[in-house]
Amino acid sequence: MRGFLGRWGGFLVLTAVVLLLPLILPNRFYFDMAVKVWLNAIVCVGLNLLIGYAGQISLGHAGFFALGAYASAILTRRFEIPGLVAMLMGAAGVGLLAFLVARPILKLKGHYLAMATLGLGIIVAIVINREIWLTGGPDGVRVPALFIGDWRVSRIEDWYWVAGGAMLLAVWLALNLIDSGVGRALRALHGSEVAAATAGVDTVRDKAMVFVVSAVFASIAGSLFAHAERFITPQEAGFLRSIEFVTMVVLGGMASTFGAVVGAALLTVLPQAVAEFQDYKHLAFGAILIATMIFLPKGLVPSLAELFRRRRP
Amino acid sequence: MFRLTRRVAVAAMAALAAFGLGTAQAQQPPIRIGAVLAVTGGAAFLGDPAAKTLRLYVERLNRAGGVAGRQLELRLYDSAGDPRQAVTFTRRLIEDDRVDFIIGASTTGETMAMIELVEEARIPLISLAGANVIVEPVKRWVFKTPHSDRMAVEKIYEDMRRNNWTRAAIVAGSGGFDQSCRAEARALAQRFNVTIVADETYAATDTDMTPQLTRVRNANPQAIVGCGFGAPTVITARNFRQLGMTGVQFYFNHGVASQQFIDQAQGAAEGMRMPVAALLVAEQLPADDPQKAVTMEYTQVYRQAYNENVSGFGGHAWDALMIALEAVRRAGGTDKARVRDEIERTTNFIGVDGIFNMTPQDHMGLDQRSFKMVEVRNNTWRLLY
Repeated sequence: MRGFLGRWGGFLVLTAVVLLLPLILPNRFYFDMAVKVWLNAIVCVGLNLLIGYAGQISLGHAGFFALGAYASAILTRRFEIPGLVAMLMGAAGVGLLAFLVARPILKLKGHYLAMATLGLGIIVAIVINREIWLTGGPDGVRVPALFIGDWRVSRIEDWYWVAGGAMLLAVWLALNLIDSGVGRALRALHGSEVAAATAGVDTVRDKAMVFVVSAVFASIAGSLFAHAERFITPQEAGFLRSIEFVTMVVLGGMASTFGAVVGAALLTVLPQAVAEFQDYKHLAFGAILIATMIFLPKGLVPSLAELFRRRRP
Repeated sequence: MFRLTRRVAVAAMAALAAFGLGTAQAQQPPIRIGAVLAVTGGAAFLGDPAAKTLRLYVERLNRAGGVAGRQLELRLYDSAGDPRQAVTFTRRLIEDDRVDFIIGASTTGETMAMIELVEEARIPLISLAGANVIVEPVKRWVFKTPHSDRMAVEKIYEDMRRNNWTRAAIVAGSGGFDQSCRAEARALAQRFNVTIVADETYAATDTDMTPQLTRVRNANPQAIVGCGFGAPTVITARNFRQLGMTGVQFYFNHGVASQQFIDQAQGAAEGMRMPVAALLVAEQLPADDPQKAVTMEYTQVYRQAYNENVSGFGGHAWDALMIALEAVRRAGGTDKARVRDEIERTTNFIGVDGIFNMTPQDHMGLDQRSFKMVEVRNNTWRLLY
C-alpha cells in the first residue's frame, strides 16, 4: 500500500484536483483558464520527458503543437473527417515528422540541438504563415466543433472534462514510461551519454523515441486546443510559444511530471493575474520569474519537495 | 447648547446626505465598458492611442456626472495583438467582468477570432479594425467604426481617374487587412478602368521591400497602391524613395493614418497620398464642415492630455465609445439586446471618422463623403479634397 501511494500518490492528488476544481470555479472564464492549463500541461509533461529525463532541449515544440492544431482544423473543415480521426492522423503525421528529423537533430548537442529544434519550429511557422490557400495565412482559420460519437463538445464546462481527462491520461502515460526500462535508460542518458551507451543503452533509439512521444503529446494538445478555441492562428507556432513551453517546464521543475503541470498552471494563470497591473504587467511577470529562478533554482516542485523533506526528518 | 444642536444638525444632515447618496448610487450600477486593445506589441501604434482615448473620455464623462446618471467603468485589457489573448480577454470581459459592451480589437485577425464568442454570448462588439470581412456578411452583434478598405481603394482609384492614370501596381502585406485591401484593389480595378500591372506581396516580418518595388518599377505603373499598416509601410516608403522612382504616385490606404508613419519614414513619405478620416486634417477643414467642431474638440482634448498628435486609430475608439454610449442612452439602460438594436439605429451621428448611419445591412455606416484625400507635405497632412 505504501509503495502504491508513493508511486501513485501524486497522481491521485492530481485526479482529485481535476475532479474537485469545478466546485470552486466561479464562472466560465475560469473554466476556460483551466482548460488552457490542462492543455498546456499535456505539452509540458511530454516536453519534460525530453528535457528533464533525456536531457535534450527543444525550442520547437510550438511547431508540433501548431501542426496538430492545423491538422485538425484543415482535415475536419476541408475534408470533413471526424474530429477524433483527424486528431489521430495529425498526431501520426507529427510523430512521423519527429521520427524523421530526430536522428539527425538529436546527434547535435547543447546549443546546436537548441538551434536545430528552433529552426524546425520556425520553418513550421513560416509554412503556416505563407501557405495561405491551405492555412488561411496570418489571420488564422476557424475550426469546427469536436464530436465524440454523437456528443458535440462545445460548452466550456464539457471541455474542462475532455481536457482534464486527456491531461490525466498524459500524466499516467508519462509516469509509466518513466518507471519503465526506457525511463531508467533515459535518466542514465541524462547523467552521462557515454556511460549509458557503455552500459548497453541504445541511446540513439531512446532519444528518438522520447522526442517522438513528446511531439505527439504536443500535437494532441494542439488538436484539442484548436477544437476548444474554435479558432487558430499561426502565432501558435511562434518562437515565443516554444519558449513559453520550455519556461513552464523549467519553472515547474525539470524531471518532475507534476512540476510540469504546476509550471503550466502558473504560467497560464499568471498573465491573467497580472493583467490588472495594466502598464506594469510585464514588469510584474518578469519579477516573478526572476525571483523563482533565484530562490528556487531547481524549479518549484522539486525545491518545495526538498524543503518539505528537510523540515520533517 | 446652541452649538451642540448645530453640531447634531450638521451630523444628521451629513448622515442623511451620505445615506441619500448611497442609495442613489446603489440604484444606479455603473455602465461597464470592456475593451481589448493591442496596447503593446507590433500593433501598439493602433492600440495605444485607442486606449489613451478611452481612458481619457471615460474619466471626463465620469467627472461630468456619467451617462444617463450612471458612472462609467472601463475594463481594458492588452492583447498585444495576439488573437489567442484577445479571445481569452474577451471571455474574461463577458464571463468575469460582466461588461455591457465591448470595444475592440485593434486588428482584423483578433476581431475575427473574437466574433464567435460575442455572437454566442449576445453582447455588442464594436471593432476598431479595418477590413470589410468584419461586417460583411453582417454579424448580428458586430459593428465597426473605421472606414473599410473597399472605400479606401475606391477613393484612391477616384483620385487616379482625376489624374487620368490607369496603370496601377499593388504592394501589399500578407495580413488580413492588407490582403483584404489587395483583393478589393483587384476587384474594383475594372470598374474604374484601371489595369493592374504588378501585384506584389511581402511578409509582415520582412525588413526590405526593394525586391518587390524593383519588380513594380519594371512594370512601369503610373500609381502604386500600398495596402498595409505598421512598420512594413514605413520600410516600403523608404525603399520607394531609395529607388528614386519618379513619375509614379504612391498611395497608401488608411492603415498609415498616424504621425508616427510620417516621422518614422524620415521624409520618405513626402508627396505620398492616402485617404484618411477628417480627424487628421481637423484644422484644415472648412468652418462649415459638419465634422469641424467634433474633430477640433477631440484633437484639442487629446493633445492637452497627452501632449502628442491625434492619430486616426484613437479616433476610431472615440467614435466607438460615443456610438455605444448614445445607444445606451437611447435604450434607457444596458440591456444588451436593446443596446444592440440602438447601435444599429445610429443615424446622423457626427463622429471624428465621419457621419455614421447604421442599418441592419450596414454595421459600419460610413460613406465616401467622410473620407478625405490627403498628401504628405512638410511632414504633415495636407488636405486635398
